[in-house]
Amino acid sequence: MGKYKIVHYINNFFSGAGGEEAAGMRPEIHEGPMGPGLALAEAFGEEFEIAATAVCGDNYFGENLEDAAAELIGMIRPYKPDLFIAGPAFNAGRYGVACGTICKEVEKALGIPVLTGMYEENPGVDMFRKDLIVIKTKNSAAGMRKAVPVFKRLGEKLVKGREILGPDMEGYLERGIRVNYFAEKRGSERAIELLLKKCRGEECQTEYPMPEFDRVEPAAPVTDLAHTKIAIVTSGGIVPQGNPDHIESSSATKYGIYSIKGMDRMDKKDFMTVHGGYDRAFVTEDPNLVVPLDVLRKLEKEGVIGELAGYFISTTGTGTATGNAKAFGRDFVGKLKEDGIGAVILTST
Amino acid sequence: MHICTVVPISKTIGANRIVPAIGIPYPLGDPTKSPAQSEKIRRELVERGLTALQTPVTGQTVFE
Repeated sequence: MGKYKIVHYINNFFSGAGGEEAAGMRPEIHEGPMGPGLALAEAFGEEFEIAATAVCGDNYFGENLEDAAAELIGMIRPYKPDLFIAGPAFNAGRYGVACGTICKEVEKALGIPVLTGMYEENPGVDMFRKDLIVIKTKNSAAGMRKAVPVFKRLGEKLVKGREILGPDMEGYLERGIRVNYFAEKRGSERAIELLLKKCRGEECQTEYPMPEFDRVEPAAPVTDLAHTKIAIVTSGGIVPQGNPDHIESSSATKYGIYSIKGMDRMDKKDFMTVHGGYDRAFVTEDPNLVVPLDVLRKLEKEGVIGELAGYFISTTGTGTATGNAKAFGRDFVGKLKEDGIGAVILTST
Repeated sequence: MHICTVVPISKTIGANRIVPAIGIPYPLGDPTKSPAQSEKIRRELVERGLTALQTPVTGQTVFE
């Protein structure tokens, strides 16, 4: 049987072409390993070979993301690789973004496993950690020696279809993926052990890390309420009867935008709640308890607020990943801005 | 501005203007009271929310 073939991607700097002065170089392909690929080739041993090294300048890649990726894939494809490795990029931001982008594109175009490596603060990490296995490296090329065996171990596992264990065990960066497994000890025993470790001041690692929430600067206050258009957004799961968009009762993956034009209140004949996290009996009777349309319509007529948007935006909050929620917000904020909304009332159950 | 019953959750996720609501299954109003009284409670909460929107804040602020 032939050797497993690897194609390795590196930037202008690691190829020896030069630093900033060479960052504009266009994609190239070279036979065999180059630069950091030499150490990888040695570690991967006889069973593997680095068939080719693809090189591209970081600026060229960054300024021509799609074209650069397409050109590179055209160069990589003829080698029929079994594995693609990019970098590692350590703490080089543009290089990290290039490594992540090319990995994702190669995986999509060639259907082969891909692997890259970065320092955890490289901006490429947050862009690609959910899509790729990003090996955790030090912040400079001095970390190459330590990273090489990790590339070897994970690369071999990927090519041979072996199970990839958790990020701490394997040495890659947390991807936010949960995998079920059978633990030897039951939950209560593990909890007590964790507690005792904590009491003894020993290092203890949670089994359920909480997401990190970001913070935003408070928006400037509304200065002219009587001329401000207001929209209602809710995580209370209020939808038109029949739930036309099939919004989930928990762990929502979507949101809906629903018209309230010409309505003076939320009528239970028109609206229902699909939220699976609270007793729906009250809101089923009176959806105004979550979307306060009756009151806001009156305030609009009284001239207290300028105008109420002709719709409300709704999803289910219970169990919904903050990542999804953030994506919903990013998605509809453009519409809110376009519609001249000056303030939003968010309601949660 | 976020109207919600469980204020600590609102604080955790990072809302800057927070108005505490009445109950988890009925944030805006009180269905154990008459419809008119429930609406009055709702109006007070929304008005407090509008006040919050017009108030300059430098960090997370709960409008009790």
